[in-house]
Amino acid sequence: MLYKTPTYYEFKVERDDERCIRCQVCVRQCSYNSTFYNAEEDRIFNIDANCVGCHRCDTYCPTDCITIKRVGENFKENANWNSWAIRNINKQANTGGILLTGMGSDRPHRIYWDHIVVDASQVTNPSIDPLREPMELKTYLGRKPDSIEIETLTRPHPNPLPKGEGVRGKGRGSEGITLKTKLAPQIELNIPIMFSAMSYGAINFNVCEALAMAAEKMGTYYNTGEGGLHKNLYKYGKNTIVQVASGRFGVHLDYLGVSAAVEIKIGQGAKPGIGGHLPGEKVTEEVSKTRMIPVGSDALSPAPHHDIYSIEDLRQLIYALKEATNYEKPVSVKIAAVHNAAAIASGIVRAGADIVALDGIRGSTGAAPVMIRDSVGIPTELALAQVDQRLRDEGIRNWASIVVAGGIRNSADVVKAIALGADAVYIATSALVAIGCTVCQKCYLGKCAWGITTNDPYLARRQNPELAAEKLVNLLTAWSREIKEMLGGMGLNAIESLRGNRERLRGMGLSDRELKILGLKHAGEGM
Amino acid sequence: MQIDAKGCHYRTLNQQIKDAVKRGEKHIELLNVNGQRYIGDGVSGDAEITINGVPGNDLGAFMSGPTIIVNSFSQDGVANTMNDGKIVIKGHAGDVLGYGMRGGKLFVKGDVGYRVGIHMKEYEDKIPVIIAGGKAGDFFGEYMAGGVLILLNLNNEKPERAAGSYLATGMHGGVIYIRGEIDKYQLGEGVEIVELKEADNMVLNKLISEFCKDLNIDTKSVFNKPFKKLIPSSKRPYGKLYAY
Repeated sequence: MLYKTPTYYEFKVERDDERCIRCQVCVRQCSYNSTFYNAEEDRIFNIDANCVGCHRCDTYCPTDCITIKRVGENFKENANWNSWAIRNINKQANTGGILLTGMGSDRPHRIYWDHIVVDASQVTNPSIDPLREPMELKTYLGRKPDSIEIETLTRPHPNPLPKGEGVRGKGRGSEGITLKTKLAPQIELNIPIMFSAMSYGAINFNVCEALAMAAEKMGTYYNTGEGGLHKNLYKYGKNTIVQVASGRFGVHLDYLGVSAAVEIKIGQGAKPGIGGHLPGEKVTEEVSKTRMIPVGSDALSPAPHHDIYSIEDLRQLIYALKEATNYEKPVSVKIAAVHNAAAIASGIVRAGADIVALDGIRGSTGAAPVMIRDSVGIPTELALAQVDQRLRDEGIRNWASIVVAGGIRNSADVVKAIALGADAVYIATSALVAIGCTVCQKCYLGKCAWGITTNDPYLARRQNPELAAEKLVNLLTAWSREIKEMLGGMGLNAIESLRGNRERLRGMGLSDRELKILGLKHAGEGM
Repeated sequence: MQIDAKGCHYRTLNQQIKDAVKRGEKHIELLNVNGQRYIGDGVSGDAEITINGVPGNDLGAFMSGPTIIVNSFSQDGVANTMNDGKIVIKGHAGDVLGYGMRGGKLFVKGDVGYRVGIHMKEYEDKIPVIIAGGKAGDFFGEYMAGGVLILLNLNNEKPERAAGSYLATGMHGGVIYIRGEIDKYQLGEGVEIVELKEADNMVLNKLISEFCKDLNIDTKSVFNKPFKKLIPSSKRPYGKLYAY
């Protein structure tokens, strides 16, 4: 057939020929075969159709001669049939395939964080300067007891403090008093921010190691996702949350044993209700080893766990994992935020989960169908507010910690999430952006020019674990400084005092219904 | 040593088993087991655990090494994500057996339920094996990524099919051997029936002799009917599903 439905390309690469010194850095950096050098003409050319707009070439161009322009705006202006809609149809007319994409939704869903403002102290209570006064961000995740019993020791404390050393700040309470209640296992976070699940396979070993190193340095956790754990990362076990998902990739006793906590993945915000699918291109020798599948074969995670068709079945897996880990580690259950999230979360908590993780519609992924990513699920803010409220109403909020994921972009989002009821947040896209990701959404191709979502050794070398870890540590350090400033501004000296404290938030430009769901007053309303 | 499981909560029972294994007990016999879950869950080593009574769900989940012998029937989720070891069941067993199994062997003398051997995997010399002596329900070997599944369809007087429908649907690795007939309509997508080769007969001989020895079955009675071999037609059944 002569006629082929056109695929209109998205980007045009313009090169200032006078500035270009033919160093060919751009040719070497481009992993999408968009740039090539023609020796005969001594010129660099571009195949615009291959450009994904990741900006690797212009970032590395020493003479700044490259400009990447978006094209498609020259379609006849139409709010309904815009270039997004037209391109999607063209792609499908050409292939008959499900539209695939990477990262979180790029559709203009309402970002509730941007419609929430935070309180500060004026006159009636003093604000605190975190640079000169103690400020506590420490967070414990896990089931908290309904009540505690304290025992007064008549005998001397088993580990008395050295003479002259005070008790304050040692985290052990007064001398002569101990906690009688046996606490459920907890994980301790120095900052209420963890790295969300990204599997070895979706991201390469160097990036996994960078996340692990940064988590260790900052006293927090990273999450293996469903990719198993490479042997060389076992040493970061005490900062590792290991995931058990429907494909059960890489799940065995050592994996569970070295971890700090175990997470059962039921769903993911970017693709609620569907399974995972690591394309065969990404299953290299090393990835196949941790996943236990043949090289080059697709790694399929079924849509449901086939041993979980009910809350009772979920309980069975939670306790199977607790039995396997001798009740020493908290078990988390991660779900995508969906319409009935509050009731589901209540079931999860009653099933014995120590942590509930909620991932909203803006949550990210290495690969998901466009239609599902952009249209299935609800914003994490609304789910969080509802889940927190439901668990409070039922008197079981202390039975589990809540972790939210799905579009946390900065420290203000973290503060708002915690005031809305979260114990901690998961970040993933923010972490990848910190190490170079430009959110071009092509992760599923496995050719990431920034060396992140690729297992090609040539490209993966672009991420040096030490340097990447440093960026991640910088990011978390900056955010924790900002969180402390905001807490201080509210006159609070511990993140614990902000947790679920919605009185310190106000909505902006939201309808009554939205405010009701979020449990917030509108800006302008006093206490 | 013996442990009486009568009226015992699974947590207490399993703690006793774990303690016994830790002490170095090699033979543990459980009496009066009545639906206690997670027996052998997360236990490693080379102990042999004999179960009298019917164990509950998730028998031998995440287990890595021990041998479990069940003298009667078993429930659902046996050998869930099991890593190594052996489970021998002298009666029937329930649904979702060997989910995500990574290694070791599961022998069931009788029939098995739905979704047996779902997403079994293999890597190099770690090849999980499930053999069921009777019939199986639907979705046998679903998503199978590796390992060996054998269905013997013994003691089946009626000309019934050995397995249900959606057989090996989504299979992308491993191999299934079925004794007796399979109809095309039973197969899931992306699966092929192929002729057995000499290497297959060697594998079958070795595994089935072990199965028959463990369960007191006459090996000859198994080989009196031909086997069918099922393999995935592609390592990437869903490779062409997407528009990039």
